[in-house]
Amino acid sequence: MRVTFTVNGSEETVDNVWEGESLLYVLRERMGLPGSKNACEQGECGSCTVYLDGVTACSCLVAAGQAEGREVRTVEGLAGGPDGSDGLAGDQRLGPVQEAFVEAGAVQCGFCTPGLIVQAHALLERVPDPADAEIREALAGNLCRCTGYEKILDAVRLAARRKAAAE
Amino acid sequence: MDFLRPTTWADALAAKADRPGALPVQGGTDVMVEINFAARRPEALLDLNPVRELAGWDVVDGRLRVGAGVPYARVIDELGGPLPGLAQASRTVGSPQIRNRGSVGGNLGAASPAGDAHPPLLAGDAVIEVESAARGVRMIPAAGFYLGVKRSALEPDELIRAFWAAPATGPQYFSKVGTRNAMVIAVCSFAIALHPAERRVGTGLGSAAPTPRRATAAEEFLAGELDWERRGPLADSAARRFGELVREAAAPIDDVRGTAGYRAHALSVMARRTLTWAWNDHRAGATGREAP
Ligand SMILES: Cc1cc2nc3c(=O)[nH]c(=O)nc-3n(C[C@H](O)[C@H](O)[C@H](O)COP(=O)(O)OP(=O)(O)OC[C@H]3O[C@@H](n4cnc5c(N)ncnc54)[C@H](O)[C@@H]3O)c2cc1C
Ligand code: FES
Ligand code: FES
Repeated sequence: MRVTFTVNGSEETVDNVWEGESLLYVLRERMGLPGSKNACEQGECGSCTVYLDGVTACSCLVAAGQAEGREVRTVEGLAGGPDGSDGLAGDQRLGPVQEAFVEAGAVQCGFCTPGLIVQAHALLERVPDPADAEIREALAGNLCRCTGYEKILDAVRLAARRKAAAE
Repeated sequence: MDFLRPTTWADALAAKADRPGALPVQGGTDVMVEINFAARRPEALLDLNPVRELAGWDVVDGRLRVGAGVPYARVIDELGGPLPGLAQASRTVGSPQIRNRGSVGGNLGAASPAGDAHPPLLAGDAVIEVESAARGVRMIPAAGFYLGVKRSALEPDELIRAFWAAPATGPQYFSKVGTRNAMVIAVCSFAIALHPAERRVGTGLGSAAPTPRRATAAEEFLAGELDWERRGPLADSAARRFGELVREAAAPIDDVRGTAGYRAHALSVMARRTLTWAWNDHRAGATGREAP
């Protein structure tokens, strides 16, 4: 089947999508957006997290056809804009949350990173100055096997501070 | 496989009548796991996301009518006041991403004995509104909806449209045992609702039998035992007896998540604790803790 939706601001159409295919597969294998990672395909790890109409979801559990006509934003779409704000895919600069993950040393193998960045981004949009408990709660569906999470918490705190300072 | 995308409820019913083998998909948090792992290859997927009314809720004649597609995240944000037990249960489902997509309708459709929406729906006397093109609407009380492990009263040509429940008139609590605070299927779970105006108690047990179920004897015992008139203190012996009766209502099994013996014990403890919280709230004049 054919599926058309907006991804990171531009409308895209893909053909020959299998009806049972996930949005994650379409993004990675048909649209050349490998940022979202495939680690479990069962909603347990969060590494495939994307925005679907402004709400975060595990893209492995969204049927590709369910994205029809909707808006998807992936980690590629969180790259930095000209003013240090979030920009669109293709921009080479890192977005503020991405930057914070690099600086805080929150990235080791990096497999969990895209999902964590999208989920942390969504948290900071909603709660600009989250308490630690809120960060933990927001990231409870994102597994990391490398970092032990402490530096991920540091990264989110850092991004929140930067954001507050910029505003 | 086909992918069906009706945009109205009438078209969705027509599609289901035409293709009873089509598998409805709302949040996809159960369906897509099965498809990704090739555990299921339905002849068609019936996407309900475009049927916008399923994602809405309303108050009709003083009762809540909540669309089958309302995700847990919105139950928590928007319905914590009138449906505190369900909102508490919703907070324990999966992770934020799962709660953004997973719905009460999907929980009902899956009819897993471990589904977290079921105990509060049972305790709160919820009624499930299902419909088919051929026979119209059927209103099924939650207590009659669950027929077996992952089997419900839903017929192959029917879809779940909404559930109905009265706004809480007394405290409601949900409690769940799991290995961590996120992303756990309940080892077992328990919900209680006090209905002070009718001097009634509602209960719901999860992961405690082949289906979610009520503990009717425990409800009746407690309704007769509580000092509704003067809101007097709860006798320890009554709380303990309530826990025992809840345990007796369960028929748990041993599995990877826990033993039958552990589940039975945990249920009696959760029953006693949630009752204590609820009765203390009632004595203090509160209708229950809203989901924070
Ligand atoms: C990582 C993870 C964690 C989870 N944790 C929990 C948890 O803690 N507690 C819990 O209870 N569940 C949990 N689940 C299971 C799942 O999220 C819930 O059962 C959820 O309520 C399903 O809702 P959905 O909208 O995603 O359903 P879907 O997957 O879209 O559908 C589920 C079933 O219901 C049917 N269905 C859906 N809508 C309708 C309708 N309107 N009419 C008729 N049939 C319909 C579908 O055909 C399917 O059989 C978890 C799942 C995952 C992947
Ligand atoms: S790949 Fe989607 S949650 Fe793990
Ligand atoms: S950095 Fe390796 S999984 Fe998180």
